[in-house]
Amino acid sequence: MTRTLGWAQTWAGVVVVLALAELASRTEVLPSRYFPPISQTFLTLVGQLGRGSFWAAVGHTLEGWALGLGFAALLAIPVGVAIGTSRLRYRACRVLIEFLRPIPSVALIPLAILIYGVGLESKVFLATFAAFWPLMIQTLYGMQDIDPVAVDTARVFGLRRSERLTKVVLPSAVPYVATGLRISSTVALILAVTAELVIGSAGLGREINAARAGGATELMYALTIVTGLIGWGLNGLFTRAERRVLRWHPSQRTVEGGAL
Amino acid sequence: MLEVMGLGKTYGEGERATRAIADVSFKVDEGEFVCVVGPSGCGKTTLLRCMSGLLQPSAGRVLLDGRQIDGPPEQVGFVFQEYSRSLLPWMSVRENIALPLRHKRLTKNERARHVEEAVGSVGLTGFIDHYPWELSGGMQQRVAIARALAYQPEILLMDEPFASVDAQTRADLEDLVLRVRTAYGVTVLFVTHDIDEAVYLGDRVIVLTSAPTQVHEILEVDLPEPRDQVETKELPEFTHMRAHIFRAIKRRQPAETAT
Repeated sequence: MTRTLGWAQTWAGVVVVLALAELASRTEVLPSRYFPPISQTFLTLVGQLGRGSFWAAVGHTLEGWALGLGFAALLAIPVGVAIGTSRLRYRACRVLIEFLRPIPSVALIPLAILIYGVGLESKVFLATFAAFWPLMIQTLYGMQDIDPVAVDTARVFGLRRSERLTKVVLPSAVPYVATGLRISSTVALILAVTAELVIGSAGLGREINAARAGGATELMYALTIVTGLIGWGLNGLFTRAERRVLRWHPSQRTVEGGAL
Repeated sequence: MLEVMGLGKTYGEGERATRAIADVSFKVDEGEFVCVVGPSGCGKTTLLRCMSGLLQPSAGRVLLDGRQIDGPPEQVGFVFQEYSRSLLPWMSVRENIALPLRHKRLTKNERARHVEEAVGSVGLTGFIDHYPWELSGGMQQRVAIARALAYQPEILLMDEPFASVDAQTRADLEDLVLRVRTAYGVTVLFVTHDIDEAVYLGDRVIVLTSAPTQVHEILEVDLPEPRDQVETKELPEFTHMRAHIFRAIKRRQPAETAT
């Protein structure tokens, strides 16, 4: 009963907004030339589902996202571990990080075009750069939040340095890395679509632009909604994975620890 | 077997240096149960960290079987006060206890047996595949004790292990330690701020002064074995000894820091 109620509350907001949007376009409160009725947008969207070119665009966007996030993870996690486990390395790199991190990734678009042209490489480069930072910073935080008692325990029981890293330090940083991955996933998707929009690499971004240029406003909206749905879905995927991997973590525990 | 000789520890340098331990010397013989008590903040934990090789002393040395300790030795098992932080939450009870056994020359079966025996000896057989956070605080500390026992140490160092459990659990754990100590024939050095606990458990009690720490007094505890929570604590010798230590600690403590 309460469950159905909760479900209804969750979706009631969405339904109301959609209904209002529909009404606004139909009554020309919002000019339907720029804001076609939402029902038509959804019909267009459904129509797209049967088209190969649509799925190819989705595939291209996901390809850029996956490669960008993948490269970012391959670089950011080891770098974060390396910097985070040594005070000397941390001090040596801090200024460099503070300088590079605030650079908006889109400011690197000209550079990307210059080096990689307008294809997949540019998109992956931008997504990697953008996704690198949140993940690296999270990993760094994770390294700095290792419980000293856990490390002492490992030392006193004779675990070697490498084992302390793999058995104690890395597992306890997993919650941070997981959060970093989730943030970086969103960022990588944003940059993939941005590259498609601005540079014209193959993917949903380019299709959105093409729809706009061709006056297919419904299609433009439909594709925009698709990018949102992809972001939502990916985020859900990561949240789910996190819950599985971090069963032991206080934020995910279903069983409460006994009283004292 | 364990000998602390002229141990001193100073934190920091120059004007801001704090002298935690001034000069501490004592011996622990094989099979003994030695308790160390002192006022709070008297450097008990620092002392134990130096003895376990986790911390380098500024002066003096610690000898184990005649050899100087310069890193955590294999013959030492350690039980921390902060059981919930000392056990790794992503590992089950079994995995936590097996982790320190990686470098012991044991076959897979022997390792499993050591783990199961240790879990049995602390009465947690049914919980071996649980995660630490699924257990109560007292049970978690029993897991930590089992981990130290499975490591087959010659000497067990315990740093205020029962300071954060309730009184009833504490009494149970005290008796548990006395039992496993006999079962495993292990030497125990037990640090506590609880005078009753020290007298109840120990063969000897080392009374420390407040920082900079020195040994105030070493007392032989002449109470009948086995100890019993009710009967032992009723004995006039017990009451007398705890009063004696209490006075020693209270009197030497400056009034303004007394709690």
